[in-house]
Amino acid sequence: MNAQIAAILTMDGVATGAIYVLIALGFVLIFAVTRIIFVPFGDITAFTALTLADLEAKRLPGTASMVAVLAVVAALMECAALLRSGQAARIPRALLYYLVLPLVPAAIVWATSGTLLPAPLRIPLTILLILPLAPLLDRIVFRPIADASVLLLLIVSVALHFALVGMGLLFFGPEGVRTQSLIDFSTDIAGTPVSGETLLIVGSAAFFSFLLFLFFNYTLTGKALHATAMNRTGARLMGIRPQQSGTIAFLLGSLLAAVSGVLIAPVNTIFYDSGFLIGLKAFVGAIIGGLVSFPVTAIGSVFVGILESFAAFQSSPFKEVIVFSILIPVLLWRSYSFVNHEEEDEE
Amino acid sequence: MSARANMLIVALAVLALLAAPFYLAPFTVTLLNYIGVYSFVALGLVLLTGVAGMVSFGQASFMGIAAYATAWTSAIMGYSPWLGLILAIVVTCAVAAAVGLLTLRLQGHFLSLSTIAWGLALYFTFGNIAWLGAYNGIPSIPAPSLGSIPLIGSGQIFYLIWIALLLALLGARNLLGSRSGRAMRALRGGNALVESLGINALYVRLATFVIAALLAALSGWLYAHMSRFVSPTPFDVTWSIIFLMMAMVGGSGYLLGAVVGAALITLLKNWIQDVLPLIAPSSSGQLEIVVFSALFIVFLQRARNGIVPYVAQWLPETVRETPQAAEALPRRAQPEKGQALMRVEAASRNFGGLIAVNKVSFDLNSGEILALIGPNGAGKTTMFNLITGALRASEGRIEFAGSDITRASACSIARGGIARTFQHVKLRPRMSLLDNVLLGAYARTRAGFFAGALRLDRTEEEHARSEAMRQLERVGLSARPFDLAGNLPLGNQRLLEIARALAADPVLLVLDEPAAGLRRQEKMKLAELLRTLRAEGLTILLVEHDMDFVMGLVDRIVVMEFGCKLCEGTPEAVRADARVQEAYLGGVA
Repeated sequence: MNAQIAAILTMDGVATGAIYVLIALGFVLIFAVTRIIFVPFGDITAFTALTLADLEAKRLPGTASMVAVLAVVAALMECAALLRSGQAARIPRALLYYLVLPLVPAAIVWATSGTLLPAPLRIPLTILLILPLAPLLDRIVFRPIADASVLLLLIVSVALHFALVGMGLLFFGPEGVRTQSLIDFSTDIAGTPVSGETLLIVGSAAFFSFLLFLFFNYTLTGKALHATAMNRTGARLMGIRPQQSGTIAFLLGSLLAAVSGVLIAPVNTIFYDSGFLIGLKAFVGAIIGGLVSFPVTAIGSVFVGILESFAAFQSSPFKEVIVFSILIPVLLWRSYSFVNHEEEDEE
Repeated sequence: MSARANMLIVALAVLALLAAPFYLAPFTVTLLNYIGVYSFVALGLVLLTGVAGMVSFGQASFMGIAAYATAWTSAIMGYSPWLGLILAIVVTCAVAAAVGLLTLRLQGHFLSLSTIAWGLALYFTFGNIAWLGAYNGIPSIPAPSLGSIPLIGSGQIFYLIWIALLLALLGARNLLGSRSGRAMRALRGGNALVESLGINALYVRLATFVIAALLAALSGWLYAHMSRFVSPTPFDVTWSIIFLMMAMVGGSGYLLGAVVGAALITLLKNWIQDVLPLIAPSSSGQLEIVVFSALFIVFLQRARNGIVPYVAQWLPETVRETPQAAEALPRRAQPEKGQALMRVEAASRNFGGLIAVNKVSFDLNSGEILALIGPNGAGKTTMFNLITGALRASEGRIEFAGSDITRASACSIARGGIARTFQHVKLRPRMSLLDNVLLGAYARTRAGFFAGALRLDRTEEEHARSEAMRQLERVGLSARPFDLAGNLPLGNQRLLEIARALAADPVLLVLDEPAAGLRRQEKMKLAELLRTLRAEGLTILLVEHDMDFVMGLVDRIVVMEFGCKLCEGTPEAVRADARVQEAYLGGVA
């Protein structure tokens, strides 16, 4: 391997890593606020890519029906819960949030299916369509067990991932897709050719990370989320609803997953089940950040991307093995250098 | 229901099961074989997840390692499957021990997630190694034979599977009732208590992890020789989660739950495979996993505890015999009265900028009761945590019985003869009073995991149980030793903690607010007990807010305020001290 190849591999790795950054930030965000390790995160990324590809091919994307089904189930559950607790007056509001709003983008997609929208409309529409996915799943799957232990939530999360993969195959079929490139441009930095895609990916990752930073530090909602993450009981005493914080965290997570899906769609071939591996690699990045620190998570994710790119060059069939093996030193480092602030969850 | 009636029911069930090949159709027997094979993995998960509170998504890969080990030995190298069994166990346990050493120090969810990653890595490894058949797998694995009888038919290997499973269940049951089993059960709920009992939590975790892997290895070996073919697919992460489903649906924490769960999930899977093509002929394969996962999620939302505990609550309770008096466990030699037992020299502890304990020094003589008092936030509990090793001192030196324990671990300090109670009671609420007290005797007993599983520990166990009963009697809780600790009122929970500490036969008893939550009568009884203990030569250090309780009981008092030592002396001297009066009552204007 010469310097030229190394530079190309690094560039490639940084681009992949930047996508992992978005997903890993979502992991940390959702975990911090809700204690849920949202394993299906990568699936949502993959579904975004598949949705975008369907729209390009002038097909009605499976996501539309998926969102519709989930919205109906969530709305029914919410109404039943409200009726049981004698809050029937809040039903119209619940219907608006859980049924009408998620169905608006689905309806638009349905109405415009068959016509090819221009990219500046297509992409926001895809993101809007994906946006309700995670909050709806939260309402249906996690809300009834919000008080459970982290491990039970994790088990449910893994089961949810398998359900989603199965649904992905049903709704999208087994073919892999790759969408049109977003930007047709290339340049070179210090003699290494750099594609516009790479710049776009890295730029978007940086932009959205910065947005997240601003959100957490300069808005009241962001601070409320931060407070919920630090101490749920304390936050509740201050009038912050943990459920609402959870929904916002899932909404932001959905946004990050959707953006990463749009970015990865033109550079990688995505199948209905590609999400798991993407998510898991991003998760390695999140573990490097200890599921707590946003900046370390970002650095860790870029590192994973670069490692993957070099591993793929050295030994393609074993690249996954190599990426997951770096968990070993990472975990060792974490277990010896950090005090174990263990949560005593007695049962 | 008496223990004898129980035995009879179990014996009948076992007989009915073992006669199954004679009255069931071959297909059903094959199904039973699969259930048996899966039950091993589920049993491992019951111990790991249900009992010890660790979740692994990697059990299918441990099964895979064993299956590949024996497939390689018997199908490729042509040796006996029994040699394959040995290799399978050795390799799987070695891998589990290595994986465990790397991850078991971490918090629960890190362990779980890294097992997913390892499961995937292993799947890709099997799929890419040419000499293990890559993704095509290894075909024509020979059947094992007993003597000259090859176990080829499903009715024959049935006996191998189910007899081995029954033995494994028996061993697991014995283990849970033994010293090591109690330590495993105590892991749930945090390390602070476990380490304070002289239990090496990491070792117990590791051993549990390896036992679960061992059971998965047995399953993998049986699977390879039952299906006569291995490929990477049955050992991927999907199967790991299915095994977890089995353990949780059956009732994680209940040994029988493993078999019930394995049976239910296997039958359900079979049924879904039969029914779905009728509903959705084109996409039944995809729907299967969706339906399965959805059912599992709904199950966990509605009935987290599983089937076995749900059924068990309708069954009559088994009558258990109160342990008989037996020979006492060997006791430690108590130091001579009046000698210096502990010396705290300028111990400090800060949390960031906050100095919780600031250069505090005091001595403790054997055979005395010393109270540490002070207003809230004075640093008393932090001082206790420094002495018992729950926290490390930032500066200074603590000496106990002639050796420096400033940097020693909580576990080794406990083994050195300091037993403690906690300000916020730490018990294992789902264990009985007797088992909680027996935890205290852990460091005084020897029996390991094997001795426990094979019941070689009976004499020692008898002594320990009689000792535990004696301590329960001492604190007045011996009437219902099999009640769950979580059902006691707070005052009695504190007494139970004292009984547990006494079961450790300590040299120094460290009590953090022992009288809080007790009624006046109970306080008087507690003071009486502490006096008796002092008379027996035990040294006691306590933190307490009830001044009446302290003044009438203790020999000396150390007063702390804002992390510093204010003064020390006899109760009378302390009471008369102007600085103490000011600290407690405010200055005289």
